[in-house]
Amino acid sequence: MKPRRFNMRSLILNTGSSLLLPLLVLFSLFLLLRGHDEPGGGFIGGLVAAAAVALKLFAEDYKAARDMLRVHPLQLVGIGLVLAAVASLPPLFVGESFFTAQWWSLDLPIFGELKLSTPLLFDIGVFLGVIGTVLTVVFTLAEAEHS
Amino acid sequence: MDLEVLVALPIIIPLLLGALSLTVLSNHSAQRWLGAIGTALLLICSVWLLLHTREVGIQVLEVGSWPAPFGIVLVSDMLGAIMVVLASITGFATALYSLKTVRKRFERFGYYPLLHLLLAGVNGAFLTGDIFNLYVWFEVLLVASFALLILGGERAQMEGAIKYVTLNLLSSALFLTAIGLTYGLVGTLNMADIAVKMASLEDQKMVTVIASLFLIAFAIKAAAFPLFFWLPASYHTPQVAVSAIFAGLLTKVGVYALYRVFTLIFTADTGFTHEILLWIAIFTMLTGVLGAAAQFEVRRILSFHIISQIGYMILGLALFTPLALIGGVFYIMHHIIVKANLFLVAGLMYRLGGSFELKKLGGLYRNHPGLAVLFLIPALSLAGVPPLSGFFAKFILIKAGVEAGAWWAVGIALLVGLLTLFSMIKIWNEAFWKASPEPNPAVPAPTRNALLYWTIGLLAAMTVCIGLFAQPIYQMAEMAAAQLLNPAGYIEAVLGGTTP
Amino acid sequence: MTTLMAILIGTFYAAAIYMMLRRSVVKLVIGLILLSNAANLLIFTVAGMDRGIPPLIPKGELLIEGPAADPLAQAVILTSIVIGFGVLAFAVVLIHRACEVVQTDDMNEMKGTD
Repeated sequence: MKPRRFNMRSLILNTGSSLLLPLLVLFSLFLLLRGHDEPGGGFIGGLVAAAAVALKLFAEDYKAARDMLRVHPLQLVGIGLVLAAVASLPPLFVGESFFTAQWWSLDLPIFGELKLSTPLLFDIGVFLGVIGTVLTVVFTLAEAEHS
Repeated sequence: MDLEVLVALPIIIPLLLGALSLTVLSNHSAQRWLGAIGTALLLICSVWLLLHTREVGIQVLEVGSWPAPFGIVLVSDMLGAIMVVLASITGFATALYSLKTVRKRFERFGYYPLLHLLLAGVNGAFLTGDIFNLYVWFEVLLVASFALLILGGERAQMEGAIKYVTLNLLSSALFLTAIGLTYGLVGTLNMADIAVKMASLEDQKMVTVIASLFLIAFAIKAAAFPLFFWLPASYHTPQVAVSAIFAGLLTKVGVYALYRVFTLIFTADTGFTHEILLWIAIFTMLTGVLGAAAQFEVRRILSFHIISQIGYMILGLALFTPLALIGGVFYIMHHIIVKANLFLVAGLMYRLGGSFELKKLGGLYRNHPGLAVLFLIPALSLAGVPPLSGFFAKFILIKAGVEAGAWWAVGIALLVGLLTLFSMIKIWNEAFWKASPEPNPAVPAPTRNALLYWTIGLLAAMTVCIGLFAQPIYQMAEMAAAQLLNPAGYIEAVLGGTTP
Repeated sequence: MTTLMAILIGTFYAAAIYMMLRRSVVKLVIGLILLSNAANLLIFTVAGMDRGIPPLIPKGELLIEGPAADPLAQAVILTSIVIGFGVLAFAVVLIHRACEVVQTDDMNEMKGTD
């Protein structure tokens, strides 16, 4: 097999992606937070965010996508897993069973009530984990084409 | 309440360790420290869990306070706790061994995180009380093992990995199908609850069908006859430390799953299922050892022996008498330590002798007598020479076979023991005893092998101890077997006596 | 409807096994994908194909009104889709690499370790 260069430069995609990218990232965050008590959540949010980076990869090139992410995708998986694992621990300190959901609400002056919880922490962990996993796969394949 | 969390620790510790080592991916020494110290911590927690379970009885943790059978439960009975301790011992030994043998290139690709993830998956499979959760842990350990298997990316690894991946995914799909049918039949996924509801069904035909599906799925994972060929095609290809942990743990997860479902859930039609298991056991023992006889590469010989040993463990389950189950559990305990150790010894043989091929090896006894002793202990134990651990394991199983009147199985088990001895003597003669075929100056024998010797010595000492202090080990196996034969205790511990 | 689904699932399994028995590794992956889809469809079907509302409890209430779909089966399928996705993504990367290393996609050429 002859390795082919990654060559999908298209003006339309290039221009479109710079508009779409922030929207996709915002939408992924929206999905992540909405997953609290409505359809959505960390997994689907992570997929959308990963799709945003993949779009960058298609519109520009491998290097641009890597630079956009800054960290190694596997490190994202690591951080995500740490968050998800840590989310299982707080109930132990209040004498409840492992992984029981804990809720805290904060009253902020301007924004009103802010609900924090261990499921949210877990979801953020899933979010990062999914981004990392998907991008590891995508980058591995792109790297193979790239070199 | 306080000690309940102990059941979750063997899963959460390796998960956290894996995650932490991923975040410090480029810092190799931090990864190594996390590997060695973390697995030591895991070992301590597992032993604690085992002692606690032995004292207090079956431990149940309802994850997230969701009551069984609605939530996922983690259950630590004697079998599960023993398996977790064995997994932690293997993990600790592998982590120590990896300190000196794993190259930087592999560390950069996430060797240590994968190792921790593998351990988390294995421990999760041993501790969960939910059939679908068991599937999830199976997949976790599979994904980790896939990646570990191809670290390095050599041709042989790729070819082996394709077979490994295909057969294991096929097995997973069958497992999932069986779970689906189970859910359709009884509408629950909690294993204790499934056991209760399956027993109360009028039509047992569908139950037998599901049992067969589980049997095939787990038999593939355990590398039992006739679907074992993925194992010798792949286990000798990766790093030695990886081979060791695979050899020690992965197939045993399949065996554990067989033990779990065929003592807890599918006990109604033992005349059918356990008869099949008996024949599987006989053929697995025989084909494994005959395959090994034809091989002349150390790791391949050892891989085929894994298969024949799996046969013994399944034999314990198939006979389904108290003594046979004790023998089976004892066999698993002995086997995991011995098998992992033999692969580690093979790695050291390669470092010192420069090859895995018996033809190219030689003179190891003259040059490294210490290694020769450390090879003989697990090798003779594997073959079942008294007073080492393997002797007692085989003795109990064969006694159980005689009592149950399974003469074919007894005869084959004895024959296979003899052939195993032949195999081990073959390695001894070729690699250790005969003169070195040619002075091999091309391979600079690496020095500073003290840590490797210590690791192997530690496992060898455990083998000797299991042999010399067989009584307390036997008692633990007896407790495990008693719990397996009396599933009502497990069911009551999970469902709290209030069967819905 | 259940009968139709049963035939469909059976076809899926058959097609998956057929693809896995072909010599090309690419078809092997297609077979694996079909196999995991077949298992998911099976769970979907055996869990009961009722016409229910989504199993979401409205705000301020404690129970769902009327027949709802079985959420556990959905959770199981979703989980196994996710797992299947991850595992198959890995398999694709593996096969891509394997084809590069071995220079062929013919299973019969990959017998070096047997």
